Amino acid sequence: MSERDIGEVILDVRNISLSFGGVKALQNISFDVREHEVRAIIGPNGAGKSSMLNCINGVYHPQGGEIAFLGEVRSDMNTHHAAESGIGRTFQNLALFKGMSVIDNLMTGRNLKMKTGLLAQALHLGPARAEEVRERKFVEHIIDFLEIQAYRKTPVGRLPYGLQKRVDLGRALAGEPRLLLLDEPMAGMNMEEKQDMCRFVLDINDEFGTTIVLIEHDMSVVMDISDRVVVLDYGSKIGDGTPDEVRSNPEVIKAYLGESH
Amino acid sequence: MAAKKNGPIAALGAVLAAGLLAPLFTGSAPGFYIEVLLGGLMAGVLYSLVALGFVLIFKASGVFNFAQGAMVLFAALALARLAEWLPGWIGIPAGYPALALAFVLAAGIMVAVAWVIERVVLRPLVAQDPVALLMATLGVTFFLDGFGQTIWGSNIYAINLGISKDPTFILPSVFQGGILISKEDLVATVIATALVILLALFFQKTATGRALRAVADDHQAAQSIGIPLNRIWVIVWSVAGFVALVAGMVWGSKLGVQFSIAQLALKALPVVILGGFTSIPGAIIGGLIIGVGEKMSEVFLGPPLVKLWDLAGGGIENWFAYVLALLFLMVRPEGLFGEKHIDRV
Repeated sequence: MSERDIGEVILDVRNISLSFGGVKALQNISFDVREHEVRAIIGPNGAGKSSMLNCINGVYHPQGGEIAFLGEVRSDMNTHHAAESGIGRTFQNLALFKGMSVIDNLMTGRNLKMKTGLLAQALHLGPARAEEVRERKFVEHIIDFLEIQAYRKTPVGRLPYGLQKRVDLGRALAGEPRLLLLDEPMAGMNMEEKQDMCRFVLDINDEFGTTIVLIEHDMSVVMDISDRVVVLDYGSKIGDGTPDEVRSNPEVIKAYLGESH
Repeated sequence: MAAKKNGPIAALGAVLAAGLLAPLFTGSAPGFYIEVLLGGLMAGVLYSLVALGFVLIFKASGVFNFAQGAMVLFAALALARLAEWLPGWIGIPAGYPALALAFVLAAGIMVAVAWVIERVVLRPLVAQDPVALLMATLGVTFFLDGFGQTIWGSNIYAINLGISKDPTFILPSVFQGGILISKEDLVATVIATALVILLALFFQKTATGRALRAVADDHQAAQSIGIPLNRIWVIVWSVAGFVALVAGMVWGSKLGVQFSIAQLALKALPVVILGGFTSIPGAIIGGLIIGVGEKMSEVFLGPPLVKLWDLAGGGIENWFAYVLALLFLMVRPEGLFGEKHIDRV
């Protein structure tokens, strides 16, 4: 890992419980995320990882507990508020705008930063035009960063899966989030694509100083790039610590390998 | 799979093309044929205008807005009456100045209508069944129809765009007797084309247009990157209201502003079924196909029916669009350009 200053706690998850009818998706989960950290949430399928992420960016509203981002608790948080306050995310099942080009997808990620009014845009007035050019520059920077220059104008639906994942990452990045939530960024990828994605995650963390929370169920990938790891199993937290600590945690081993007979 | 899907479509296309070209080989004068064709295209443009409003709203909010026709009527009433009243109220000269100001005011009114619909109807029903939303727009239809009469009155009103109603003959040297076209239809076509280009630019080139497309593509993702759904809905309903205003102006000047406009707007239903609910080019091309098909079948299919089976032969214009739409629903429910819906199980 590079030398980074891990800062203060910016996300504090306290005693979160979430259930759907009788199904307890999350039970009394607490953990924190520090600034500039790469924090992983791992666990077998159905452990509640995605639910956890959905609580953080306001898709779900947990029945118990609270989540503080930058010291502020918002109980009525919705995804739009989350984006506004600096939480970006990518999706496990890609949710890109398939009919739109790579550039346009990334530009929508800049939407929050664009302030000119509808009328100014419709009439193509100076400020709106200048803004468009400025934001486009920023987006080009991200495109270079993610090495997708060649696909700028391609409709996203036509790109191979691995590249779509990269565009998804780029769109989240375009919003300049302080906290970036990545939902299984390496799912369904081959080894080479996984390595690329790991490199991007680390570079984003390094270069943009973005704090990253990522979900994976493939333990090996995550251990190399994370500072600290939370382990969930059946909605409960069974481990929390550095990769080494987690790796030697008997409960975690049990959850992943099954009980030895 | 593709071949299986495309077979019926190709067959349908072939039948349509044959129907389109048949009159040429059965001894109709080419001049008359072109006249009918042009007439159909121009009527089609008007259908496209209304269909465009449907598609815009359906794309952005997944709501099938039954009230689009009522919005056309409401907008046309507002335009016609304001243009009539304004000279008396503020002494603005009647004619173009009054019409222009009335147009701006009517556009403002349509934005207000969009805002109210979003607040009162859409927002409370957002997570409900699509059927609930459809019923809600049906309610909006009747409300707008009635409320429009309450405010603006229920007679037939004129919108005078100052275009002569006299038909013009063009190309008399090429075709015997020339081709008869109506200047009014021609102006309507120009206005509709300009509007479509304007909309395309707005959608493709502005940040708001991009956000609209994003919302149309995937609600949830759009929201999670910070695009406010409520604001987008107001915008999209406003744009649909503006399109309704333009359609109302063109139709109103042609037919007079009256209740039947709202019903004529139902012709947009087969148009969107044909073109696809989610496709703007589909709305335009679907409108043209329906317009041409209607006129062609009325003019060239009617007389043979009379001759062969001694039927009365009229009224084909009224059902042609719906039968065509029905056929499309069977062989290609997503329409010509619509997105195929594949649900993950």
